[in-house]
Amino acid sequence: MTVMTEFNLSCPVPRVADDRIVLAHGGGGRLTHQLIEKIFMPAFGNPMLEERHDGAVLAVNGTRLAFTTDSFVVHPLIFPGGTIGDLAIYGTVNDLAMCGAQPLYLSAGFILEEGLAMDTLRTVVASMQEAAAKTGVKLVTGDTKVVDRGKGDGIFINTSGIGLIAANVKTVGPAAVQVGDAVIVSGDLGRHGVAILSVREGLEFESPILSDTASVWPAVEALLNSGIEIHCLRDLTRGGLATTLNEIAADRNVCIKLEEALIPVQETVQSACEILGLDPLYVANEGRFAVFVPAAQVDAALDIMKKIPVSEGAVRVGKVEESPSRTVVLQSRIGGNRVVDMLSGEQLPRIC
Amino acid sequence: MKFLSEYRDQKAAEKLAQQIWKKVTRPWTIMEICGGQTHTIVKSGLEDLLPRGITLVHGPGCPVCVTPIELIDKAVAIARRPEVIFCSFGDMLRVPGSTKSLFDAKAEGADVRIVYSPLDALKLARTNPERQIVFFAVGFETTAPANAMAAWQGDHDHIENFSLLVSHVLVPPAMEALLSSDNCVVQGFLAAGHVCTIMGYEEYFPIAERYKVPIVVTGFEPLDILDGILMTVSQLEEGRYEVENQYARATRREGNRPAQETIAEVFEVVNRQWRGLGEIPASGFQLRGRFQKHDANLRYPFSGEVAQESPECISGLILQGIKKPHQCAAFAVKCTPENPLGAPMVSSEGACAAYYHYGRRQQSDSHDRIQPELSSTPSR
Repeated sequence: MTVMTEFNLSCPVPRVADDRIVLAHGGGGRLTHQLIEKIFMPAFGNPMLEERHDGAVLAVNGTRLAFTTDSFVVHPLIFPGGTIGDLAIYGTVNDLAMCGAQPLYLSAGFILEEGLAMDTLRTVVASMQEAAAKTGVKLVTGDTKVVDRGKGDGIFINTSGIGLIAANVKTVGPAAVQVGDAVIVSGDLGRHGVAILSVREGLEFESPILSDTASVWPAVEALLNSGIEIHCLRDLTRGGLATTLNEIAADRNVCIKLEEALIPVQETVQSACEILGLDPLYVANEGRFAVFVPAAQVDAALDIMKKIPVSEGAVRVGKVEESPSRTVVLQSRIGGNRVVDMLSGEQLPRIC
Repeated sequence: MKFLSEYRDQKAAEKLAQQIWKKVTRPWTIMEICGGQTHTIVKSGLEDLLPRGITLVHGPGCPVCVTPIELIDKAVAIARRPEVIFCSFGDMLRVPGSTKSLFDAKAEGADVRIVYSPLDALKLARTNPERQIVFFAVGFETTAPANAMAAWQGDHDHIENFSLLVSHVLVPPAMEALLSSDNCVVQGFLAAGHVCTIMGYEEYFPIAERYKVPIVVTGFEPLDILDGILMTVSQLEEGRYEVENQYARATRREGNRPAQETIAEVFEVVNRQWRGLGEIPASGFQLRGRFQKHDANLRYPFSGEVAQESPECISGLILQGIKKPHQCAAFAVKCTPENPLGAPMVSSEGACAAYYHYGRRQQSDSHDRIQPELSSTPSR
């Protein structure tokens, strides 16, 4: 046995991965934010971009338009509950909805890989068509490029969208979030991310986990028309609830306090997360959003949301407090507290 | 949820916490061995429930934290070979080597893949006969049977393009190393339940006896850990030093014999380097006999330079519980989860990462029961 009187542990000074793009730059966490702040903002910064919202709100001849864009690189292309096609429609539609805008017109850019099966493309396009019809948006312009085999991943899709903000709708964005607001989520969390991962990892469940991909506009429209004071709407896509709330807490210099016992997660999703070593708070959703309303209006908001299919699982999960500022705190089931921080990159499955 | 929710029940947790409060008459320092336990403690905010005199030290049971830097360098070098598909568990990818991590290598074009099981790597070897599949076999006794099985299966089926880069480590020798240090502050151990599920807990009796230290085999849910702490402080308060089993629903004294037999067939015990602890005799596994033809160490001789280490990181002292993460000059200044100087800042269960995330709350939180060490965390 080596006798150790002093541990001289030394650690390496790693080179920071700042000379190349790593996957974490696209993970929605800290590195994504650094990329935006250090590369994109200095180049493109303007008042509309600096709102850092899901879409830009543009005043045109007295009318307010919302404009947004999103790219879709999901693998597998077809997964339980959806395809890259309906995802590309709903993703952009939901970004518009988060601006309080009725989604109207979309563009679609396809980057196809040489060798892609035509049947796969047909399936994807059919699901886009169906999603667009359901949502009431029209695909009015598009583009197609084909890249060499090995230079793409089957299909990449970019969609951009334009929506109209009704004259009576107040601006909804993080700026209106206040201490005392309640935080509502529109349904159970983590289904999209886990549906994708379980296919990738070959996990099978007795009842398959279906992606939640859907348009949330019906729920948003009902809320906007209800007269309830909506302080903020945010979809819970990449990075999940935790990342979204961290962004808002940082923007507004507030604390968002969650109660773990209130956060809705399907049992199969929770089980899969346990197996995969993931935290559902950080898992992506494609048909879920968070809404901030004054505490006094929580019940009214929940009543409205529960009547709309896409938000029938709506529930209050937390509230906005003053301190500790710029922090999301979660009270665990056993009554302890922890900070729910923003991730550096993708969630990594743990060894043990 | 069955087998989960009943171990996360608030009422039961409060009851156990009350029993701990009643039992404790003075400060005690307890080390939880396993990173999985640390994860639960951090995730459930379990320390909020404990008396301030109880200090939990996050032990060396996180493979990410103790895998030596040389091995990361070796893994990166192998992964960069064009014929290789390098397979690893996810959280090893971010660990810094002396110049880069596996993530960096991946960004530069290396074919690095995250797998959930070594058998997935074996499957890749079958479906990619023209490539060399190398699996990064790290971990404690818990992951050893599956890794042994993959080596056994690969050998049995003559899958020549499959090899393992083995850096397996063993818990009991590391506990002895910690305990034999003059600076040891640990007074009781929560032993890693899953390690004992495989190996049993026979080998802990001589350690408890020799160092007069209570060892409680403990599970991974919040109630398991509270229960384990209660059993440990009971022993400490009563002056006992025994091996007890809190995790009886999964662990037997003799462990899992077939798993042990597979391990013994495939691996032999060797000395191992531990990041932070130096070389510990008889503290790891390597492939033995006929399985050595699947040893990536032998297949890809590595002649890299000796890894450069920085003296700034004090994670050795932290892993022993001698210093707290925020007592490190680099903590939260030069060393952050995005830019870790040391492994404990990498994994979500690493002690430094846990403090980094948790400490933020202390600035304005008046919660009275939080450990004094945590309360003095400097503002960032």
